[in-house]
Amino acid sequence: MKNLILLLFIVSSSIGYGSPPSGEEVLTKIDRNFTSKNHISTITMVIKGRRDTRTLKSKSWVEGNDKAFTEYLAPAREEGTKMLKLKDELWTWSPSADRIIKIAGHMLRQSMMGSDISYEDFMEDPELRNVYDSKVTGEEEMNGRSCYVLDLIAKQDNVAYHSRKIWVDKERYLPLKEERFAKSGKLLKSVEIRKVFETKGRWYPKEMVLKDALSSGEGTQIIIDSIDFDVTIPEHIFSKASLRR
Amino acid sequence: MIKFLIKGLSRDRSRSLFPILMVSTGAFLTVVLYGWIKGAMNDIIDSSARFDTGHIKVMTQAYKELSDQVPNDLAILGVSNLLGELRSEENNILWTPRIRFGGLLDIPDSLGETRSQGPVMGLGVDFSSESNDKNILNIEKALVTGHLPQKKNELLISEDFSNKLGVKIGESATLVSSTMNGSMAMYNFKICGIVRFGVTAMDRGAVIGDINGIRDALDMPDGASEILGYSKDMLYNEAEMTKLAQKFNKKYFKKTDEFSPVMLTLSEQNGLKEYIVIIDFFGTILVMIFVVAMSIVLWNAGLMNALRRYGEIGLRLAMGESKGILYGRMILESVFIGLAGSLLGTFFGLILSYYLQYHGFDITSMMQKSTMVMSNIIRARVSLTSYYIGFLPGLFASVIGTMFAGIGIYKRKTSQLFKELEI
Repeated sequence: MKNLILLLFIVSSSIGYGSPPSGEEVLTKIDRNFTSKNHISTITMVIKGRRDTRTLKSKSWVEGNDKAFTEYLAPAREEGTKMLKLKDELWTWSPSADRIIKIAGHMLRQSMMGSDISYEDFMEDPELRNVYDSKVTGEEEMNGRSCYVLDLIAKQDNVAYHSRKIWVDKERYLPLKEERFAKSGKLLKSVEIRKVFETKGRWYPKEMVLKDALSSGEGTQIIIDSIDFDVTIPEHIFSKASLRR
Repeated sequence: MIKFLIKGLSRDRSRSLFPILMVSTGAFLTVVLYGWIKGAMNDIIDSSARFDTGHIKVMTQAYKELSDQVPNDLAILGVSNLLGELRSEENNILWTPRIRFGGLLDIPDSLGETRSQGPVMGLGVDFSSESNDKNILNIEKALVTGHLPQKKNELLISEDFSNKLGVKIGESATLVSSTMNGSMAMYNFKICGIVRFGVTAMDRGAVIGDINGIRDALDMPDGASEILGYSKDMLYNEAEMTKLAQKFNKKYFKKTDEFSPVMLTLSEQNGLKEYIVIIDFFGTILVMIFVVAMSIVLWNAGLMNALRRYGEIGLRLAMGESKGILYGRMILESVFIGLAGSLLGTFFGLILSYYLQYHGFDITSMMQKSTMVMSNIIRARVSLTSYYIGFLPGLFASVIGTMFAGIGIYKRKTSQLFKELEI
């Protein structure tokens, strides 16, 4: 009888209390949502400053993790400005100066087009598991969705953020909220994904707000107007010559 | 009597030469140290005022909160109107607008691609005749080669920075920064001159352009980061500037509008008030310690002198000289010695202080990583106090020493004098 009670206790304890996935498993599933062989997207960025609000439109061509090309379409002052990322190098070209400028060193930490995104953010390896060790530390509800809470610690020192805390939708494996910290523990940036959508079997953010904790603005709203995965992108797009075209 | 005493001192070198040398050394060191501390302090304040804070500064309230980040998106707009009002209402102050900015200076190769680049801090300066800013910044004096910006797209570059980037006069340089609206600013300038300010923070990586050109580059029409005010004699007067700031803020400051202008005095910026108080406090303490130490040394010299003359004093008392007259003459002698030593020490102290005031002491090697806006050459400053501070240890301490030592005269009994003198 005693053994039967013990067996029932063990069985009932295990029902509904399945062990959560490891941090590595969660990151692998997140990366599956975010990374692709290539994609072309158009994005609207609404930058809310203390004095005014600006709206930028851009089109990006991305191949793997190493190649990206962005052209700004609006407003007039930004129109025609282009950026090219090849591995860990970044160049920009502006029609007003007609110069190809390499963005490096100290400049990488600066704001990109006045937004809350830095050039360093733009250069980051999008696959989180390549850069961070992770651990599931809890479960919380976020915007009505059940989430895993993950603590991420950088594997190396040469990264923009030493640690991150992310809230990942348990079902869709899409982060709904993220906080990025410096080595000192100071909050540097926060990201909140407000709308999501499903395309070709993957979940992707539709609208998010990124806030630089050190800047005085109200944050940058990023809206994905369109995104096409696994399309054909001509190789010449990812060359310095295409910056001037 | 005075002539008699002076003759006695001059003929007995053991009573005059060594004490005068002691006193003059003490006075000399006091004068030089005082001038040096005051000079260093003044230099830091003067450099900060010229390059950064002004004697008084106007900016928006929002800009003030983040001024160390140079947030030009929060800069003053409608500068010409405000400047016009300031110039007419406060015409005893030199008013000048400035744009401070940061970014990257990129030098192209023959294909227009990056040849060299470096982080830059820059100043947009009003070179027009209405503004005296080129004189406030001593730009003409700092010009090593080339000429001041005559066109909007001309730029001065600091000598160390031009060497680092390998850029010469006549070459093109692209400023990469942020516009007032936060957009990326890329603007082509031409290097027209090379400057050396002798201020490491500026010489390391600074550029100076015409404010109108910088306005174009950063899309700041009729804008400025700040409007600086200087008294015409270039001497900072805390009381006068505080009064002016209060008057301005009463008229223009609006609590509900973060873009309304606010005026700050020099001491209200960059923690300079605390800095001035701390430096002044420690400077005074240092001088006081030195003055007290020198006073003890010279007091001791006065004591030793009186004790050395123990036998002579005894003999004079035995011969019937009254204690009061003897005491008085000893004090008078120490006054002469103190006066002569102090005059001599102050004279040579002032010569060295004046030399250090004009030539200074080069501390460039110690300032390589400094971000403070202060001159690389620290100069002494001779003030009215320099003329009398040496007399504190020189005259008063040696006289007080003699006064204490001389008290012994009154304690000696005439009946024992002959026994003491073994006569």
